[in-house]
Amino acid sequence: MSHARSECGTRSGAPSYRLTFDGAAVTALPGQSVGAALMAAGIVSWRTTRREGRPRGLFCGIGVCFDCLITVDGRPGQRACLVPARDGMRLSAEGGDGEGDGEGGGDGDVD
Amino acid sequence: MAMSTDPPMYDVAVVGAGPAGLSAAVGAAEAGLDVALIDAGRLPGGQYWRHDDEHPPHPGHRDGRLFARLRARLHHQRRLGRLHYLPGHQVWLIDRPRPDTGPFTLRLNGPYDTAPVERDRVRARALVLCCGTHDRQLPIPGWDLPGVMAAGGVQALLKGHRTAAGSRAVVAGTGPFLLPVATGLAQAGVRVLAVCEANPVHGWLRHLGGAARVPAKSAEALRYAALMARHRIPYRTRAAVTEILGEDRVRGVRLDSGEVLEADLVALGWGFTPALELPLMVGADTRRDLDGSLVAVVDTHQRTTVPDVLAAGETTGVGGAALAVAEGRLAALTVAAAHRLPVDPRAARRLRATIRHGRAFAAALHGTYPVPAGWTDRLTERTVVCRCEEVTYGELCRARDELGAEDPRTMKLLARPGMGWCQGRICGFAVAAVTASLTGRPATAEDLRPLSARPFAALVTLGELAEMADGDEEPGADAAEESGADGDGEP
Ligand SMILES: Cc1cc2nc3c(=O)[nH]c(=O)nc-3n(C[C@H](O)[C@H](O)[C@H](O)COP(=O)(O)OP(=O)(O)OC[C@H]3O[C@@H](n4cnc5c(N)ncnc54)[C@H](O)[C@@H]3O)c2cc1C
Ligand code: FES
Repeated sequence: MSHARSECGTRSGAPSYRLTFDGAAVTALPGQSVGAALMAAGIVSWRTTRREGRPRGLFCGIGVCFDCLITVDGRPGQRACLVPARDGMRLSAEGGDGEGDGEGGGDGDVD
Repeated sequence: MAMSTDPPMYDVAVVGAGPAGLSAAVGAAEAGLDVALIDAGRLPGGQYWRHDDEHPPHPGHRDGRLFARLRARLHHQRRLGRLHYLPGHQVWLIDRPRPDTGPFTLRLNGPYDTAPVERDRVRARALVLCCGTHDRQLPIPGWDLPGVMAAGGVQALLKGHRTAAGSRAVVAGTGPFLLPVATGLAQAGVRVLAVCEANPVHGWLRHLGGAARVPAKSAEALRYAALMARHRIPYRTRAAVTEILGEDRVRGVRLDSGEVLEADLVALGWGFTPALELPLMVGADTRRDLDGSLVAVVDTHQRTTVPDVLAAGETTGVGGAALAVAEGRLAALTVAAAHRLPVDPRAARRLRATIRHGRAFAAALHGTYPVPAGWTDRLTERTVVCRCEEVTYGELCRARDELGAEDPRTMKLLARPGMGWCQGRICGFAVAAVTASLTGRPATAEDLRPLSARPFAALVTLGELAEMADGDEEPGADAAEESGADGDGEP
């Protein structure tokens, strides 16, 4: 997870936010999602899958695939590509099924 | 987060604020209707006019001007109180207590836990569904490695978040959309090693016949060709990525020539898949389009087969932003006419001509950039097909051979593809194709439907379900369960 990433285009005067990911400092620009901020910091995965324990990060980038689930300020199961970064946010990796606290309807098993 | 005030009633609810939905909502409000415009995105513009808070699409650009005008008209109609814009609201359920007549109730929630929602329900006498698309994906060995992304997602990161997703990229798949992704990355300072286009090069020349009738499109093609040359991006045709390499993140790709390119970002796109859950939920007829995707059937007024439900933009077939705008405008005229408001018949005729030409051009593109026949031959026993449930190609083969799964519905039950978080949005096209090919037949609309219908169009909390089940005068809960029970959304 060491590849440095670029933020293209600097915003004159836009102050950057300071977040943490599993305790480590990550900066974000206003308007960036937390997923974009992690990618820009060279962090490409923050979840492992339920069956095979495989790493996952952003895939669709637009809220469709749910690969990017992350815990934001203690709330699990948030889509990193959608949640806008805010100053002081605490992000943490999600293990296992990434499933949150009683969300339903995502599992397709209404049958 | 739930509010139980009486939901307001609108003449029309437009779902989606992309090129189609913005045009439909603004047009309907200007015609004198009360409009709700509901969009999951935080900012108007959809996928095409995606931008961030500080960088609107460039107004010097032809399409940027169109967007600037539409946005100004949107805000003007909001100030006049005719248009209620609800950004950051997902429609997760639509029900209509009386079949084929009377108002619809749309249930709304936020895209993430802390997103405030202004309304959890609205009611409307008519709907215009403009839900757009997402990138179509074909599974490739290694496509689940971090650093592999959907091409549109890479573009969304660039346009919406000013973020380049890597430093050495390969852009692969098929279609003209690979070019703006590649040139966008190059302009952001990313080294683009190649665009790998699976189809043959003479495609470009062949489709210019169709493009000549839509001159702006050929100009666009030439502009990208020039940008590709300026950034020295190799455009390889008949070049398919057969394997993505890496252990816990992507390190490179192997091409069908055997050559390996080292990269830390792989952007994949094979055209687009329209989001059909809302049309299916309300019972609208669907068909398989020329590109193999399931789309909503509409007539020459943008009406679906369900009374008072219209559809516009990529919901009716993938064809680009200009076509989406024309369809959105025509939908607005149709709703206005249904309310006996005066409509200029010449405007409708002009829009129909634009739509006809746009569809002819889209047909030429679909013919030039098909999903390559035989793509399933590259799958290995261990290739993940459904990313959510981690269902491999081998497991699908066994469900077919040992358990007799010959259609996607049975496949879903026995091997669980499309049953995870994304509900088959990513793997649906592939699962339909794989199931059909294992059974020795081409995929049909019947194969696609059970993988495109969803009991809910967005993630729902148990609290929201409970509230719907007991708090309501409408039989919403029953409708939801029925549409989930057989998975095809027919109420
Ligand atoms: C990720 C991505 C990036 C793209 N980038 C480009 C590009 O740079 N250039 C280009 O020429 N084409 C691009 N395209 C193609 C482009 O999508 C279309 O040409 C054009 O945007 C279609 O317009 P539309 O109005 O039909 O749909 P869209 O623009 O997709 O708009 C649909 C809107 O509906 C919303 N929506 C869907 N379902 C719901 C729901 N249940 N509740 C609430 N809201 C909902 C979506 O959030 C979205 O805002 C891209 C496509 C994708 C998927
Ligand atoms: S990257 Fe697909 S949902 Fe976030």
